[in-house]
Amino acid sequence: MSAVSPPIAVAAVPSRLRPWTQLRGEIVLTLAGLLAFVLFPHDLGLLTNMATMSIFALSLSLVLGQAGIATLGQAALYGAGAYVAGWTALYLTADPIVGLLLGGLGGGAIALLSGAVMLRSTKLTLVMLTIAVAQLLLELANWARWLTGGDDGLAGFDIAPLFGVWEFNFLGRTGYFYALGALVLVYFLVRHLVESPFGLTARAIRQDPGRVQALGGRVYLHLLAVYTVGGVVAGLAGALTAQTSKVANLFMLDFATSAGVVVMIVLGGTRRLAGAVLGTVAYMSIHHIASTLNPYHWLFFIGSMLIVVLIVLPEGLIGLLDRAAAHARRLAGHGGGR
Amino acid sequence: MSVALLSSILIDGTAYAMILFMVTVGLSMTMGLMRVVNLAHGAFAMLGGFLAASLPQRLGVPIGLGFVLAIAAVALVAVLFERVLLRRFYGREDLDQMLVTIGLMFVATAAVNLMFGSSVTSVALPEAFSGSVDLGFRAIPRHRLIVVACGLLVVAVLWLTVDRSSFGIRVRAAVDNAPIARAIGIDTTRIYAATFAIGAALAALGGIAGAELLPMEPTYASKYLVILLAVVAVGGNGNLFGSFFAALLLGIVETSMKYMVPQLASAAFFLTMIIVLLIRPQGLFGRRA
Repeated sequence: MSAVSPPIAVAAVPSRLRPWTQLRGEIVLTLAGLLAFVLFPHDLGLLTNMATMSIFALSLSLVLGQAGIATLGQAALYGAGAYVAGWTALYLTADPIVGLLLGGLGGGAIALLSGAVMLRSTKLTLVMLTIAVAQLLLELANWARWLTGGDDGLAGFDIAPLFGVWEFNFLGRTGYFYALGALVLVYFLVRHLVESPFGLTARAIRQDPGRVQALGGRVYLHLLAVYTVGGVVAGLAGALTAQTSKVANLFMLDFATSAGVVVMIVLGGTRRLAGAVLGTVAYMSIHHIASTLNPYHWLFFIGSMLIVVLIVLPEGLIGLLDRAAAHARRLAGHGGGR
Repeated sequence: MSVALLSSILIDGTAYAMILFMVTVGLSMTMGLMRVVNLAHGAFAMLGGFLAASLPQRLGVPIGLGFVLAIAAVALVAVLFERVLLRRFYGREDLDQMLVTIGLMFVATAAVNLMFGSSVTSVALPEAFSGSVDLGFRAIPRHRLIVVACGLLVVAVLWLTVDRSSFGIRVRAAVDNAPIARAIGIDTTRIYAATFAIGAALAALGGIAGAELLPMEPTYASKYLVILLAVVAVGGNGNLFGSFFAALLLGIVETSMKYMVPQLASAAFFLTMIIVLLIRPQGLFGRRA
């Protein structure tokens, strides 16, 4: 199956159908989340992580998948959100929503500041700058122990009950529904952004920045806007992680975190938002199973999987689903043509 | 700043820089010449180090010969890897190349763990490498001097081969215009394989020589990946002297901070890199694409 179409995005046509068809993704996501809650009541911690990491992957899907900003430093924005949420709970207020929003702003602020200087570069230089910014933040966080807790991480903060009603307790139910709700909401918002003229321009820049420039588009400012929105979303993910796990640590800023989330969206499918969620769930499920055996077996498995996906399945797992769906439609006689 | 501190910084910094240079020059060549990003390059250094640590004993050969065999084995592995996997990714997006080589790095990490265990392994050096040399005002570990000499030798030999020999002319022809190069009878496939093998062999040499400063462990490739990439980016793709001076700059910056404000050594390293790339996005000596 090497006859893969060239990487020209099939413009997502905003359907003018009934609202429930438009909300298909959100509905599927909600139902899948509820189903997972019923099926795996003892793995709520893992499911919560899947939901928060899916939000993180959505931020990268926007930045890299749509706008084509090659980054291996997304952890900078995620980690910033986590620390800001931790500081909010420690020094400002225990309210989860306030911490979440401030975490998002923290991620957005780092993205805006670093993006303003980085996004004038392209290609490998840009990738290297994103890595360097994340590493610089990591080193600074490691050094500023009084602020970040250094190696031990930022812990010991309490999160007040959600909306003053539901407590974050050891059962983890509140944490899970909080994260799932945030995921569905973020998915909805990001999808709208991607389908808007803003998202269309982002895709156009990915395919041909020169032409967008010639048509009067402001490429640099647009990329900066996308990167900043991506930073807000990554910050939200970091804040959610910090709040539900009650810790923000250096690993959240680590290169491995940045590389991990890239692998997630590549596994799922880089160009599609649903691919980000699918890839995250697949990655974390495999990780959960394989790492209980031996961390090196996990590396072997994920490494070979990455190679295989890149060779035989450039569109990721979501591409596989699409092909299956198209095949099913043809079999059902609906004529699979778009 | 005292003379002792300054000389320590210069000697250790230069030795560290030469190791960075040897490990990264191959990566810079493949990126500049073949337009392919190989994030698994550090794995060649790692494999070289581990083989050098174990081959002399297992085969019962002198340490020096063991080193040569280790380097040759790495070059062979590199050619296989280039022929079987990497060439499928020539001309594909940077990101795809990065990801497939990250995948390869993971696999190499797991494989090295399987073959050599997960603990830190030291590379036994020949006796001539230990001890120190007295310069009158201070003594310098002989190992440092040998590392520096190695680095200088590598830069000289590479300069002669790439800039002065017919092989170098063919390489540059194959890079600048592959179809024309093929048309006039240059075997570009072979040139690519040879370039790749030389780069990997140099990485293995750097890994062995630098095992004291960058210890051999299965996570070596990923642990130092970011540092190695930084040297290449600062140097500019495919530029021999760029790599050399980038390694010197970054190596001495990090070493001097280690002596003065150790907690901020890595931060200074990355800050230097950011500053250089903001001023010169194509690297110190890089050509604009």
